[in-house]
Amino acid sequence: MSLNDLLVNLNLIMPITILTAWACVLLLVDLFIPKERKGITALLAALGLLVALALVISRAGVATSAFNGMIMIDGFATFMSVIFLFSGLAGIAVAYDYLIRSGIERGEYYVLLLFSIVGMMLMAAAADLIMVFLALELLSIPLYVLAGIAVPRPDSEEAALKYFLLGAFASGFFLYGTALVYGATGSTALTEIVSATTSGGVNLSFLVIGAGLILVGLGFKVAVVPFHMWTPDVYQGAPSSVTAFMAVGAKAAGFAALLRIFVLAFPPLAMDLTPVLWALAAFTMIIGNVIAIAQRNIKRMLAYSSIAHAGYIMMALVPYGQGNVAADTVASALFYLLAYMLTSFAAWAVVIALEHNMGEGRDTDGLSLEDYSGLGQKQPALAAAMTVAMLSFIGIPPTLGFVGKFYLLRTVIEGGFPGLALIGLLTSLVSAYYYLRVVVYMYMRDGEPVVRREPWLYFTALATAVGVVVLSIFSEPLFNWASQAVLKLI
Amino acid sequence: MWLSEAVSSGPQFFYLVPLVVLFPVIGLLVNTAFGGRMSEKAIGWLASAAAGLSFVVAVLLGISLLSYPEGAVVPIVDWITIGELNINWGFQVDTLSVTMMLVVAGVGTLIHIYSIGYMHDDVRFQGDPGRYQRFFVFMNLFIAMMMILVSADNYLMLFVGWEGVGLCSYLLIGFWYDKGENGIGNAVAGKKAFIANRIGDFGFILAAFIMFWVFGTFEFNAVFELAPEVASLFPAAIVAITLLMLVGVTGKSAQIPLFVWLPDAMAGPTPVSALIHAATMVTAGVYLITRSAALYNLVPQVQNIVALVGAATALFAATIAVGQFDIKKVLAYSTISQLGFMVAAVGMGAYVAGMFHLVTHAFFKALLFLSAGSVILGLEHAHHHMEHNSQLKLPMDENDLHFDPQDMRNMGGLRNRMKISFWVYLIGAIALTGIPPLAGFWSKDEILTDAANFNPLAYWMMLAAAFLTAFYMGRQILMVWFGKPRSLPAEHANESPPIITVPLIILAALAATGGALNLPMWHTFTHWLEDSLGHLHAAEFSLQIAGLSSFLVLAAIFLAWLLYGRKYQAMQELPPDKRPDDPLRPILGPVFNALNHKWWVDELYWTIIINPYVSLAHFLADVVDWRFWHDWFHDTVIVGGYNKLTQVLSIQIDLGVIDAVANKLGDSVKRAAAKWRVIETGYVRNYALSFFIGVVLILGYLILR
Amino acid sequence: MVPIQYFIGLSAILFTIGILGVLIRRNAIIIFMSVELMLNSANLAFITFARMYQSLDGQVFVFFVMAVAAAEVAVGLALIVAIFRNKQSIDVDQINSLHG
Repeated sequence: MSLNDLLVNLNLIMPITILTAWACVLLLVDLFIPKERKGITALLAALGLLVALALVISRAGVATSAFNGMIMIDGFATFMSVIFLFSGLAGIAVAYDYLIRSGIERGEYYVLLLFSIVGMMLMAAAADLIMVFLALELLSIPLYVLAGIAVPRPDSEEAALKYFLLGAFASGFFLYGTALVYGATGSTALTEIVSATTSGGVNLSFLVIGAGLILVGLGFKVAVVPFHMWTPDVYQGAPSSVTAFMAVGAKAAGFAALLRIFVLAFPPLAMDLTPVLWALAAFTMIIGNVIAIAQRNIKRMLAYSSIAHAGYIMMALVPYGQGNVAADTVASALFYLLAYMLTSFAAWAVVIALEHNMGEGRDTDGLSLEDYSGLGQKQPALAAAMTVAMLSFIGIPPTLGFVGKFYLLRTVIEGGFPGLALIGLLTSLVSAYYYLRVVVYMYMRDGEPVVRREPWLYFTALATAVGVVVLSIFSEPLFNWASQAVLKLI
Repeated sequence: MWLSEAVSSGPQFFYLVPLVVLFPVIGLLVNTAFGGRMSEKAIGWLASAAAGLSFVVAVLLGISLLSYPEGAVVPIVDWITIGELNINWGFQVDTLSVTMMLVVAGVGTLIHIYSIGYMHDDVRFQGDPGRYQRFFVFMNLFIAMMMILVSADNYLMLFVGWEGVGLCSYLLIGFWYDKGENGIGNAVAGKKAFIANRIGDFGFILAAFIMFWVFGTFEFNAVFELAPEVASLFPAAIVAITLLMLVGVTGKSAQIPLFVWLPDAMAGPTPVSALIHAATMVTAGVYLITRSAALYNLVPQVQNIVALVGAATALFAATIAVGQFDIKKVLAYSTISQLGFMVAAVGMGAYVAGMFHLVTHAFFKALLFLSAGSVILGLEHAHHHMEHNSQLKLPMDENDLHFDPQDMRNMGGLRNRMKISFWVYLIGAIALTGIPPLAGFWSKDEILTDAANFNPLAYWMMLAAAFLTAFYMGRQILMVWFGKPRSLPAEHANESPPIITVPLIILAALAATGGALNLPMWHTFTHWLEDSLGHLHAAEFSLQIAGLSSFLVLAAIFLAWLLYGRKYQAMQELPPDKRPDDPLRPILGPVFNALNHKWWVDELYWTIIINPYVSLAHFLADVVDWRFWHDWFHDTVIVGGYNKLTQVLSIQIDLGVIDAVANKLGDSVKRAAAKWRVIETGYVRNYALSFFIGVVLILGYLILR
Repeated sequence: MVPIQYFIGLSAILFTIGILGVLIRRNAIIIFMSVELMLNSANLAFITFARMYQSLDGQVFVFFVMAVAAAEVAVGLALIVAIFRNKQSIDVDQINSLHG
């Protein structure tokens, strides 16, 4: 590959190139920014994200591949990139003041965030298993560090270590699965895997086991049962702003890779993999939702909720192998990820607004359910945002969560899995219990909640909550957009 | 699509036609949204500009029609599509609709400008300046709706406009809804107008149903094309449609028997009376018949009925106008009478004459109403001034506590105090009575000529009406402007400001020269309308008829002068208790009383329709609905039974079965949650183990399957 | 020539040893080393298959994996050191303040 080729290819993936370069530059620039003015780094990082977002949007509709087919820039990658870049912006917005008040404001925070987003964008664009692996590591390693960035706070360290050890463990499975698939088909490129499989002559048991291991590795990232165990601990221990970002970004990236790999490379294995996916989705929905009921720490509750939502999205993946439903599979999953992103940030922004350091004359950290008592009276705007988020999580109209769940269930039923849809429906009914409990605490208990008045937090909470409601009314074009993203993929 | 086509086909402006509706809509939206923060002047001028821009567009359309007389249908949106019913909102641009647009927007603009001045004072006399904004919003809404009415290319869209103007009329009649008799008089007047119109609209709707049933479409062009065929196969349908439309016309255009709402509609502010209840909305019925000429031409017997209804209304209303004292009521009955002329004309197939009279009438009747408004304003000003001036307080006691600035008996001699208003009023009155060469003469003469040729009965009724018209206008002129002032405010009245008088002068010029539109030698207007209505006969000017009507008019004016110029003034010298309020009263005796009481039509309607109806409603509400339906059937049968059922359901089934199950389920889920959370031990190695078990299970399944 | 199956078998054994190491050992560093063993067993498989297919791809991937592993080591050791500073221990069974 000549230098010229390299430049051409870098140009093809310009948003990613720019973001990578910008993150490297920022790492250096940050050295010259005084310690008490790290806000500048945050602004610069946000600027980089905005530029990348503008580039992504301006290139929407372009479908091309780069680096010998390792990377595919298409509607799917564009849609996911928009989600990642929005999560990045929201992640910076919720972190900005939170880091200062927690005493962990460091310039690296934002740089690591940028690198992680680069990893996510590559993940959505990757069309080769090795590329997926690299992207997976590129997004994970910064997250390990971010989870532990509150060092020497023991919780944060513990979360980072657990996340790191299990993450590396999972990577091992993913990599071994990749090796087996390579061994079975002679290639790691998704399109060649499928063509080799259909033309016959492959070692099917290697291929199926490899696919299973890949599912395991990515299942860890998106936190499906039984690979979910790290989630509550890490979500609870990591600084809340990191958790917020991780809960959306990492999960979305994991699903991006799952969707692309499964829909593109593994349709011939659908007969084998569908029951596995079915079981994973069912267990994830049941266990995530049920254990969440027992939680009184809001971060931990949201962690289980995120597990449950991974189950819902997983549900859409179950009929991935049926040609006529596959498009809906991806479209409804993408749509749900978008809904989940907005809803999740609305909830996490409120959580962060209420969190405070213990020992500042208070005996709580603002993270237990009781701390939400009376929020409805004291901070009606935040309480409203939280209520919207909870309703959206349950899937009650008029919220995006409702529309998303509707599309998911429709896909599952179209695919011929009414039983799974029923489980999804019943578990969302169960989930109403713990989500509405938050609402009950906010509006029906008296209390003196301590709330930070931080503009960016408020903005994020309210903007996302409004988005959740307003977009639900105009959900049709959004879903069409998601569907169009799929057409190129299939 | 239509835009590019329209532009490419040459220098014509048909594609602009949606703007005639859009401009007033913009005006009303801006005034609604921001009017609260704008000055009165800004509100008024904005609304006037909206109407004025519509006028400009109408003029451009008219110019285009000069070179493309066939006009165009400009569709904008599919409005309703149900089965085979497909209704577009399209604009019919032809000479007929553009004529109406020009009148509506032109007169409308002048009246808007007039209202800037008039309403400024009116809202203050009535004590609620906040309604200034609302007035102009309604006015713009009216213009928009009227434009929809006249520009529609199908009957359903026309009906939308028809209802819309009815709504505006209702809103504006009841504009001072908390004023009037017992504090609700104006609201009642609005309601009356609405109900009377509703009866007419019902006829219209039935006509539309039958039309869809028979024709399968509402579009003008399609209907007119099919009409001859339908008439030969199924003549009763055309008769039914045209008759039912006539019902609609009697409502909207205030013809016998539904005319009773229009005099009461004078409760609205004077510009409203001028715009809606004289110049434009009430002529919608005439427009409807003209538009449907292709249908009416097929059924001569219905045409005959239309002509007789119109002529009878013309005569009947003219008699009542003689006995009124309220300056606006006289004009209201005059309007009904003149509408009768128009309806009679279009009923006889003299569409040009009818439309011609519609246009000239719009000029001079708007002029008369507006100058009457100027007079009322002058008197109110003077009255107001005196109430707050201690020097003049004492003589005020002679007057009634409730001084009525609209009562002509309180006027007199105003020509010296309000010179401009006097002259324009005089021009309007002459135009109305039909003295050559002012506008009314030409148009009325054309109607009479046509009537003489086609329908002698209608001709004689209208001739009598024309005589009475001249008489009551002479009476009004003499009572208002001549003689000595009969009240203190009349002595002190002052001329209105230019914002009021300038529109009056413009209208006066139009009223004086409007007849030039269709002079007997050239028939300009006839040829103009021929492009829309097909071949039209042009009435030949008949010196005999013109001479006869002019003679009658002059005789009537002379009679009026005898009675009101001389006798009335002489009567003023008599002591108040011996002096009759009108010189006709001693002459006509009980007949004058009948005229003054409008032939007791309202009372008649009360006795034979409204009172029985109300009794029936009471019976239905009290006995049938309340005692039988509600008390017995609803409370005893349904509620009682339902209560029993719910008791069974709630106690035995809900508590006993469903709740028990639900509670058990909820408890077990909670217990499961408490139990399962223990799995999360916090030990990394346990997590890895769970992970590994998952892997083993999956791989085991995949391998052993 | 040594048959392919032997290499794959070795790689699978190494992978299993790695997994067992993670499950059984309590020292964070050893656990981490076991993970590295898993990655390297995958590398072995890659190379084997590359040889089998007579293509370079698999061998190139190994370099990617080694680079990634190095990056993981850097982050992992830093984390372990930080924990050691705090707790004077790297026994993962003592790290369970977050649970339930």
